[in-house]
Amino acid sequence: MHFLLTPVFLVSASAIAYEILLVRLLSIVQWHHFAWMIISLALLGYGVSGTVIALARRWLEPRFELAFSASALLFSITMVTCFLLGQNLPFNALEIVWNPRQFVWLGLLYLVFVLPFGFAASCIGLAFTCRNQQVGNIYFADLVGAGFGALVVIASLFVLQPQQALILLSATALIASAGFMMSRKLRPPAGWVIGAGQVAWLLVLVLLFPADRIELRISEFKGLNQALQVTGARVVAESSSPLGQLTVVESPVVPFRHVPGLSMRSSHAPPDQLAVFTDGDSISTITRVESAPEQLGWLEDIPPALPYRLLEQPKVLILGAGAGGDVLLALHHGADQVDAVELNPQMIELLRDRYAAYSGRLYEDERVRIHVSEARGFVTRSGEVYDLIQVGLLDSFAVSGSGVQSLNESYLYTVEAMQTYLEQLEPGGLLAITRWLKVPPRDSLKLVATLLEAMRLNGAAEPGRQLAVIRSWNTVTLLARNGEFTSEEISIIREFARQKSFDTAYYPSMPPDEANRFNRLDQPWLYQGITALISENASRFMDDYKFHIGAATDDRPYFFHFFKWRVLGEVLELRKRGGAGLVEWGYLVLAATLVQSLLLGVLLILLPLLLVRRDWPVAEGGRMSAYFFLLGLAFLFVEMAFIQKFILFLSHPLYSVAVVLAGFLVFAGLGSHFSADLEVAFEKRGFSAVVAAVAGIVLLVLSYLVLLPWLFAQFMGESDAVRIAIALVTIAPLAFCMGLPFPLGLRYAASQVPGFIPWAWGINGFASVISATLATLLAIELGFTYVLLMALFLYVLAALLFIHLGRDRPVSSAQKCYLD
Amino acid sequence: MRPGSLSPLLIALLLFSPVAADAASYKEERAALIEEVRIWGKRDPPPGKRSFDEKVLSALNEVRRHEFVPRNARDEAYANHPLPIGHGQTISQPYIVALMTDLVNPEEGDVVLEIGTGSGYQAAVLAKLVKKVYSIEIIEPLAKSASERLDRLGYENVETRLGDGYYGWEEHAPFDAIVVTAAASHVPPPLIQQLKPGGRMIIPVGGRFMLQYLLLIEKAIDGEIVTRQITAVRFVPLTGQH
Repeated sequence: MHFLLTPVFLVSASAIAYEILLVRLLSIVQWHHFAWMIISLALLGYGVSGTVIALARRWLEPRFELAFSASALLFSITMVTCFLLGQNLPFNALEIVWNPRQFVWLGLLYLVFVLPFGFAASCIGLAFTCRNQQVGNIYFADLVGAGFGALVVIASLFVLQPQQALILLSATALIASAGFMMSRKLRPPAGWVIGAGQVAWLLVLVLLFPADRIELRISEFKGLNQALQVTGARVVAESSSPLGQLTVVESPVVPFRHVPGLSMRSSHAPPDQLAVFTDGDSISTITRVESAPEQLGWLEDIPPALPYRLLEQPKVLILGAGAGGDVLLALHHGADQVDAVELNPQMIELLRDRYAAYSGRLYEDERVRIHVSEARGFVTRSGEVYDLIQVGLLDSFAVSGSGVQSLNESYLYTVEAMQTYLEQLEPGGLLAITRWLKVPPRDSLKLVATLLEAMRLNGAAEPGRQLAVIRSWNTVTLLARNGEFTSEEISIIREFARQKSFDTAYYPSMPPDEANRFNRLDQPWLYQGITALISENASRFMDDYKFHIGAATDDRPYFFHFFKWRVLGEVLELRKRGGAGLVEWGYLVLAATLVQSLLLGVLLILLPLLLVRRDWPVAEGGRMSAYFFLLGLAFLFVEMAFIQKFILFLSHPLYSVAVVLAGFLVFAGLGSHFSADLEVAFEKRGFSAVVAAVAGIVLLVLSYLVLLPWLFAQFMGESDAVRIAIALVTIAPLAFCMGLPFPLGLRYAASQVPGFIPWAWGINGFASVISATLATLLAIELGFTYVLLMALFLYVLAALLFIHLGRDRPVSSAQKCYLD
Repeated sequence: MRPGSLSPLLIALLLFSPVAADAASYKEERAALIEEVRIWGKRDPPPGKRSFDEKVLSALNEVRRHEFVPRNARDEAYANHPLPIGHGQTISQPYIVALMTDLVNPEEGDVVLEIGTGSGYQAAVLAKLVKKVYSIEIIEPLAKSASERLDRLGYENVETRLGDGYYGWEEHAPFDAIVVTAAASHVPPPLIQQLKPGGRMIIPVGGRFMLQYLLLIEKAIDGEIVTRQITAVRFVPLTGQH
């Protein structure tokens, strides 16, 4: 039996690993949410394979061994070739607003990536269909394999280049193909053809393995490629991890001079810098420091210098230290102690090793302590208090301005985050955040709304008296004080702004005519907005504002999402007059993804299924279809909501994805493994195992909604290992229950209507494709709690449907013949 | 109007004289584009005006934009949107070119500095309006091709060079106007110094295919600097009374 289960395990492991790896690869060559879209549509391959199997079942069944080996081999081949082909298609995500041709390229991209997923799914689907006596075990091997694949690929990306990981994954699928074929002794000539294919492909993989053999073709519109166009610019260092690909670029002929918000009155020449790009974009710079940091005059002339005018020798916490710009700023201004938190250890290595001398040994200064951690987790765990907490400006304006990050979750800028920061401030201490200015203002106002809400929740009577905001022509710096600003402090803020030609956008009791002096907006939008947000009319103002600027929360952590549907018509009309920048297109792309996956799913999965001869009553087929559809939706809803919920607890989005995904898949696999025994056990007591499983899911999810925040608070300070263990213990029972309904449904089908199994597989695949996108849209609009409640509703519906299965063809349970 | 909508007779003529007909059809497309820009300019005029300056529109009408886009994108040369021109650069949306040109108030005797030659299109438009245009490009192949193109098309009052735009073009300073075609993280102080008192500098801010706003920098006679963030369209972010 293991001759089948091992290849299923391997194929399933490489398929999910390939999915995670593709997100990484496509995030480097394109942008993250397009990666997401392409892959979620490529998963249609799962559904398509079900349909193909359904159509060709009679032909495939006697040729199972051949079909399985061939599919695994083709999966192995297309994994690499389709990626190479895909990155050579001239798709330009940024042009999609203008050029309808881009939709053609995008469509081709989907089709290209449907292939590998389709072949992977064919292996699993073939096993289900042709060996349906072992459904529970196959599903077990499939899920455990997937869980294993998710963990291994993320871990391997710490040591391998993504291109190399791709080759190894391809090799894994090749092993599955070869191993299965050898165990079955396929007869010539078909066996020989596949065998020759395997050997030939192995040779290709060996040739492609060295990291430099596959070149990543990064979009020419990403910051890295733009920088490299300049005469003399070149890449001087590169490192890669699942956190991102870092590329260091030097440009001796035309220096970078990346100093956002530098005063136009500055008489200081900008410093020499090296640029560090993350995934080909998001510039961060390493500044050359040859003298004492105190002598770098330009550090006086940027908006983030403001808090240092108000504090003497502060103890500073920097969240998002990046390549050290804010650390340099703090040292220049005589900070007493600097705690710098950065997520990516490779970024820190750059400054500690290779560029230590270049950066003036910034990260070795005795006042500086470096912490590799996610920002929120660090603040919560450390428990230290600071005079100044500074959140760095790490996203590039081009990225911010093009709205491609509008779907990124950010736990740095939520109400709960602000509450935590504010609680760690000394009396009189400051929280300082700098953002790019958009016109009309969006993130700056959303940040103010988020801060005000946090201050209110922390008990501030008049939060408006604890807030001050200045702006340059392209940046906004917000200060939130622990306690009300004094009149001396306000004078200092005004004087600083005047000296540097920055505008004050808000401070307590600011006269309106001061709002728009040096850098004039059509209207003093920012001042008016902030004043309105502080007033009693805040909620009406937020409703009437054409962008979504309501506070971001941990439940809806979409700080960069500003889009409101009601402005779509207006903006589309304004697009040709330069109004395209008024929309964050990421959200629309996501909505488009949902529509596309619905259409393509119907076209490629559901319509062809109608061609299959159906030997079951229509009503029964409808109920079973709905059952598998609901399960597909609900499973991913829960999984995605849990990934989100655990990001903060596990202090890292990657840990969360790896642990939650692996946990869900492995324990659901276990559930599947025991599903047959459990069904018998429950039947004896007159229960349906599906109903019992759904009851378990409902109870567990509801109790977790109440218990998880408490649990997180209790164990936040524990080590990584302990927190991962706690996460797995919480996930285990839930995932176990969630692993039951699908194989139970399949077993029912196998015993009653075997012809339905490919349908079940296809419909479930169709639902999974829609589910991921739908869950994100729902989370953006309504929050993750809602997504979870919705999932429960879907599970309950599925259970009701299951109870009613077989109504048209009454079969007593005693008559059911289970084939295991 | 596109060739597809021409009368059969015209199509027959097209077959016999492809070059002339090509030029004729571009001319029509260009006129249609300018008309589109004119109408929208009336609906959303530049700040303090009622419409685009006619001389700006006629300058746009005189420049053969299709010569400035890659050969394979010529059929889109007169569509009102930005186009990629290679090397990660774009030729701006015609509407934005009109707006930027209008905002710097070009006068016949003016000397203008452009930072970022790109395809040379903006320089060509300015060349129709002012005495002299100096243009600096940072990317070598673009600098070369734009310079050849401008020479070939007879723009004698445009001088281009490859180089770092941050320090402007000292020997020809001061300038009546400066047009920067892509924003950096800050406005280079040397450019502000090379702007004549009373002069204007314009910088588009945002992504390559998506303008956020235009930054207009005005240097008063006394040297005082005021910047204005101008959205290309009149978009009031608020509905209702506040």
